[in-house]
Amino acid sequence: MFNHILLQTPVPRDLPLDLPLPKEVLIVLLVFSFLLHILFVNLMVGGSILTLWSQIKGLKDKDYDTLAHEIAETITVNKSLAVVLGVAPLLSINALYTVYFYSANALTGIFWISVIPLVTVAFLLTYAHKYSWKVLENNKSLHISIMGLSVAIFLFIPLIFLVNINLMLFPEKWNTIEGFAHALTLPNVFPRYFHFLLASLGTTGLFIFWYFGRKSYDFESHFTTLTRYEIRKKAYSLTFGASAAQFIIGPVVLLTLPTKGFSWHLIFTIGTGVIFALPAMYWIWKGITGKAEDIANNFWKVALTLGLTITFMGSGRHIYRATALAPHQKLVEAKTIAYEKEVKKATEEMKNAPAEKPASDSPGETIFQAKCSACHAMDVKVVGPPIKEMVSIYKNDAKGLHDWILKPGKKRPDYPQMPALGLSEQEINDVANYILEQK
Amino acid sequence: MDFPIFHLDFMGDRLLIAIIAVLHVLINHGLAVGFIPLVTWIEYLGFKKGGKNAIVNNEWDQLAHRLMTVAFIITTTIGAMTGVGIWFASSLVNPASIGSLIRVFYGAWFVEWTVFVTEVVLILLYYLSWKRSLVSIEAKAKHIKLGAALSIFSWITMSIIVSILGFMMDTGSWVENKTFIAGFTNPIYIPQLAFRTPLAALMAGAIGLFLTKLFTKNGSSFQQDSSKKIALWMLLMLPFTLAGALAYYFKIPELMIGNLPVAVGTMDFQSWYDLLVKFIIGALTTVLLIAGTVYFKPKLKIPTIVYILPVIGMLGFAGIFERIREFIRKPYVIGNYMYSNTLRKEDYPLFKRDGVLAHATYSPVKEVTEDNKLLAGEQVFMLSCSRCHTTHGINSVVDKFENMYSLKAGEKLNGDLMKNYIKHIENARYFMPPFPGNEAELDALVEYIKHLQEDGTPIDNPVTSMR
Repeated sequence: MFNHILLQTPVPRDLPLDLPLPKEVLIVLLVFSFLLHILFVNLMVGGSILTLWSQIKGLKDKDYDTLAHEIAETITVNKSLAVVLGVAPLLSINALYTVYFYSANALTGIFWISVIPLVTVAFLLTYAHKYSWKVLENNKSLHISIMGLSVAIFLFIPLIFLVNINLMLFPEKWNTIEGFAHALTLPNVFPRYFHFLLASLGTTGLFIFWYFGRKSYDFESHFTTLTRYEIRKKAYSLTFGASAAQFIIGPVVLLTLPTKGFSWHLIFTIGTGVIFALPAMYWIWKGITGKAEDIANNFWKVALTLGLTITFMGSGRHIYRATALAPHQKLVEAKTIAYEKEVKKATEEMKNAPAEKPASDSPGETIFQAKCSACHAMDVKVVGPPIKEMVSIYKNDAKGLHDWILKPGKKRPDYPQMPALGLSEQEINDVANYILEQK
Repeated sequence: MDFPIFHLDFMGDRLLIAIIAVLHVLINHGLAVGFIPLVTWIEYLGFKKGGKNAIVNNEWDQLAHRLMTVAFIITTTIGAMTGVGIWFASSLVNPASIGSLIRVFYGAWFVEWTVFVTEVVLILLYYLSWKRSLVSIEAKAKHIKLGAALSIFSWITMSIIVSILGFMMDTGSWVENKTFIAGFTNPIYIPQLAFRTPLAALMAGAIGLFLTKLFTKNGSSFQQDSSKKIALWMLLMLPFTLAGALAYYFKIPELMIGNLPVAVGTMDFQSWYDLLVKFIIGALTTVLLIAGTVYFKPKLKIPTIVYILPVIGMLGFAGIFERIREFIRKPYVIGNYMYSNTLRKEDYPLFKRDGVLAHATYSPVKEVTEDNKLLAGEQVFMLSCSRCHTTHGINSVVDKFENMYSLKAGEKLNGDLMKNYIKHIENARYFMPPFPGNEAELDALVEYIKHLQEDGTPIDNPVTSMR
């Protein structure tokens, strides 16, 4: 019988408070602070996966264990930056997309809040792993399992965020979605998930390429057989492979998005991003296949062009959202305005309504109805004793009744305490008189 | 009203926020704001005691480093995540309230964010460059300055967020003019900040003293010397904390008058207020006794377990203040603007006229009829009661009524009495918001609560089940 309501797209109202800054400013802040945040998230997730991989490989080749240790040192720094940099985009999306973001959060409730304990545990595990390298030297399986668990958590968390980010785009599903597992089936969740994982690996490859290439980094004191070139070549190859795979998964992400958010503007933005990625791919390829001493020749150009690609992709992401939500936002705005009008009207009506007839001509009775009748009746105990009992106690002690109402307390063990009512002296006298008049 | 409702029908939604928030405050005060300056001070003492041939005195420097290790690991994991967690939990439990706060305080929060990023970068630099700072006097001196900078930034982060906390209790002139400055300079900002600053330092001292006992060799002269310094730190902070606590204590009734239609003096408030005095006296006396003994009788052997007492005392002390802060803002979640059921005060005339269901986006019923009474009642409960009450769990609505009417086992609730009570609820219990709905909804709500009393099943909420 309620199906007709469930099938409608819910149109909530927005909060009746102005945006704190012009919308365009908030959008710029949102897009750029998010890119900064996701960069460190990528490094945290990618770094953890590579640490795990390298440490397992390190069981046979000691140098890979060292490599794992060196990468692990960076995770604990990157993860702190990832969290703190997440605050600004969270703040901005809360302000800009209040209704959409909170609705998606609520619809995946338990999973949404479980981000907090899960990430906390993953962080503690990364510290446990980093600081127990020596202690657990002879118990590698345990040591590697610690990282394994941490990686497992890091691989799960993005799904929660992606479900939320997806769900906020589709108000038409809000009435029918039943929790997190159901929302996972939205068509765009998993393509975006793999898109994110590949981005993490690609970004981390570039980071490692830079990290182990620094002049100040004393490579030879750490590694015995692995060379700087070998690690850098592997890192570059990872970035190349992950980015090449994006050429396949990227179109899948785009095609699985519902068409409601498509526009030429979007295609143009994403296309520009792809174009910037092409020379980067070429330079990386040249680095990998060229001479050892030339591998880093085009590194900063690669970082810049891929940085531009990511910026265009991040903007495309916003453009899709803006286009997809625009019609619904209009409905929300109209509904909010209409609602505020009704609020004003109802408030006016209440003000102008003929003053409600007092419950009685006697002021004491009126006060009693408003302030006392919730707990006291004439003949029976409600919360406190009945009026009849009051009369029997105070019939010759009007002052006693007055003092009690002024500063009530608890007299009877099986009754709750009476609260103070904040009545004026006149009101107390009126209500006390009214009570004592009842026989 | 405008969001799908998240509801934990056993633990209650408030407890979710409370656990995360209290944990965060304790870590923030005890291991960051108050602790970093303490660690930096100990590091500085080690630097001064370095003598002619060494950059630092190793014992002191190592103690400072170990204390910082504890602070670093906890603040960058549980501390950081519970901070985000308050937002996550609020977005589930009170979306309208946190959303409104963000619209008002976006600027403050954004500045807070930049300070916060600086703080994280500094803590990473400070902790991770510790070993490298031991190479030269200049490097060590620079490292200590880094500690001082970190201390200042930690304090600034707290001082911004305290403004927002203060705003929630007392909106000052914001309700009239709705400007950012009016909100930011709300009247209890300074008293709160003046109280929280020494409180944080004292909490840090209690934790530091306990950890020092664990980290140093029992009975060694270093243990005595270092503990003595931390005890001195605590004794110096004690009078400021006491003064701040008392100022806050006497300010509370004044704060409440703004919010409340009635004067102070009810059982619920009085019991918290009395408990507060006990906590002030109890915690501060414990601190005084133990820090005093360590300072004046450093040779006296005290078992480790005793060192835990000031820690527990101070954590309890801070915890009770948070609880009271929560309590005295009732019946509002944002003073004089939004009730604790997250309905705006200004919307009440409309709700009274049309009912709440008519304006509830996600309610499957918009009007109470004979056929849908229980379903409508459940919706009214979810909209107007569920932010604080559960059906059968913590702070259960059924228990509340049974206790209030002193019902014996098996006795049934009386619907007429309940209706009359709920209608005047804000008069009878000043901390309760008025009932927002119309007559028919009141009727449905009462039917639903009566049904709950007979039928023990909690609400099955798709949003909070593990589907």
